[in-house]
Amino acid sequence: MSEFLQHLINMLVLGGTYALLGIGLTLIFGIMNVVNFTHGVLYTFGAYIMFIVVQQLGLNFFLALPVAVVAGWLLGAVIELTLLRPLRGSDIDTTMLVMIGAWIAMQSATLWIWGGVAKSVATPFPEAPLVLGPVSVSWLRLFVLAAAALLIVVTYLLINRTKLGCAMRATFQDQDTASLMGVNVDLIYTSTFAIGSSLAAAAGALLGPVYVIFPQMGDLAAVKAFAIVILGGLGNITGAVIGGFILALAEELGAGYISSGYRDAMGFLIIIAVLIFKPTGLFARSERVG
Amino acid sequence: MIRTSRIVPAIALAAVLFGGGAEAQTIKIGVNEPLTGAFAASGTYVVNGAKIAADEINAKGGILGKKLELVIEDNKSNPTEAAAVAEKLITSDKVPVLMGAWGSSLTLAVMPKLMEYETPMVVETSSSGKITTTGNPFIFRISPPSSVEAAAFKGIVDKLALKKVDFLVINNDWGRGTAEDFSKMMKEKGISVGLVETMDQGAQDMSAQLSKIKGSDSETVIVTTAVDQLTLIFKQAAALGLKKRIITTGGSQNPDQIIAQAGAAANGTMHLTTFLPWFPEKTPNPEATNYFVSEWKKRGFDFAGCTESFRGYDGIRTAAAAIEKAGKAEPAAIKAALWDIKVKGLNGDIVFRKSGPEGKESGQSQPNVYLIEITDGKVDMKTL
Repeated sequence: MSEFLQHLINMLVLGGTYALLGIGLTLIFGIMNVVNFTHGVLYTFGAYIMFIVVQQLGLNFFLALPVAVVAGWLLGAVIELTLLRPLRGSDIDTTMLVMIGAWIAMQSATLWIWGGVAKSVATPFPEAPLVLGPVSVSWLRLFVLAAAALLIVVTYLLINRTKLGCAMRATFQDQDTASLMGVNVDLIYTSTFAIGSSLAAAAGALLGPVYVIFPQMGDLAAVKAFAIVILGGLGNITGAVIGGFILALAEELGAGYISSGYRDAMGFLIIIAVLIFKPTGLFARSERVG
Repeated sequence: MIRTSRIVPAIALAAVLFGGGAEAQTIKIGVNEPLTGAFAASGTYVVNGAKIAADEINAKGGILGKKLELVIEDNKSNPTEAAAVAEKLITSDKVPVLMGAWGSSLTLAVMPKLMEYETPMVVETSSSGKITTTGNPFIFRISPPSSVEAAAFKGIVDKLALKKVDFLVINNDWGRGTAEDFSKMMKEKGISVGLVETMDQGAQDMSAQLSKIKGSDSETVIVTTAVDQLTLIFKQAAALGLKKRIITTGGSQNPDQIIAQAGAAANGTMHLTTFLPWFPEKTPNPEATNYFVSEWKKRGFDFAGCTESFRGYDGIRTAAAAIEKAGKAEPAAIKAALWDIKVKGLNGDIVFRKSGPEGKESGQSQPNVYLIEITDGKVDMKTL
């Protein structure tokens, strides 16, 4: 029983960050309809910003987080302005190829700048874990869970309760009508991509100190993010959050009770099942327009 | 103006000629190591050790009157890449001998290429038994196979009063081979083996496996993986409140890095290593160890990397000794010479003995294995 409880705690902590990765990508892939291969690189980028600010500049850990979010936002805006804007209206394959190119170029750049050896970031949290009866969890991971939850709520409110969010939803439903209603479509494209990117950078900045930081760290994260988005239904923020927790649960219980060798396969087995029985994802609304 | 425009191509031509001339004056050794991916830290350490050996050899006049040149390629911790890199080094760079490829799965992927091009390779780190038992006569290994590690460990299991052990190993030839060899030895000693958990080489979160191990009734966990994953395991085990004794194998633990990154969680852990940079006087070759450790520090590298990098140093010295003995930089001559050399390695004499099926034996040297314990953030040696 205590082992099961421990798995559930692990699932909560892991699921929070998966959810964060998922909502960033669901904005871009689900709502903007851009197959964003740079999502993993932005995750890596956020982690390296953390490394620069905390380890190289010696600044405060809690200060580094917003810096990473802002840096991710800026890099996302730059990608949208330089690569995606000229391609708007071209077919999805062209955009996809350009994004693959951007992914490889940016990953090689991180390798070139920081080298292939993994880096770690010191945190202000105590080493001793929080012990709750039979289960324990590290303070750092609790903080990551809390920060992820906060970012998820803020994003949800931004999309559903603000004028900007309303304009975003309108733009991607019908660009021409939104434009006629006075929405600055160019600005909406850039800000949506930038917000999604900043969420990826935030996830990297939060998880970098939990794990280690290296140039390819974003690859598996990106694959998982795509899985979460597809699981939850394209463009559905609540779906992405729940998808994140389902993936974490599948990995934890799969590794705990079936076979740890196939841990990463568990999540993808679920995706296959979902795609067979409910191809639009678990929570996709039928009226969503790509 | 006309004059200068004639001078430029002349200089270019001279540069090409001199460049080409200089190239023919070197003897090349191909180095096939993981510089990116899951084993980046370890592979980089090994390459830095290799460079120390090359510089030392060149400072003493090189080999056969020529300068030694290392052609270093990154196998990206990926077996497919490791095979491609070996092919590139042999066919395009024309190296007569290789050193590599760190991981067992990487080395196993390279081995068919060695057969194909009849080029020998000094294996500096890999520990899977399969490497020297499948009948590849181009393999010369200076690191201990996991069965040798298990045999060395056998002597101390009574003292440690082991009763039941779990395994947490990297899911590749190295990890699974270690779990197999150690389980066999444990069972001979009457120790029961509980869980055998695996983790992907790129996995960063081992909480699920560790939670499972936390719930088992064993008192000891044997962990086999490279240093980056190992530090994550120590941190995550501490976060889960896992209180079992942890023993690591494989010689890629870099205990100082574990102390630095895992802090108090490292205390009481034991590690099977193949080098003792902390106690040069206890190594088989104290003078060479002192030289290597001081050179390593002089270059500003992290001391923690010594337990890994010395294999690169020994590997290059082994290959160079064989070239010297062969009298020419040709693969067949070097392969023959490898059987006749005796190099004073940092971890005992490097002498190759035959291993594997008759007629196509691989070479296996017998290095020492040590057990160290971390106590109060310091490395202590245990007598085996």
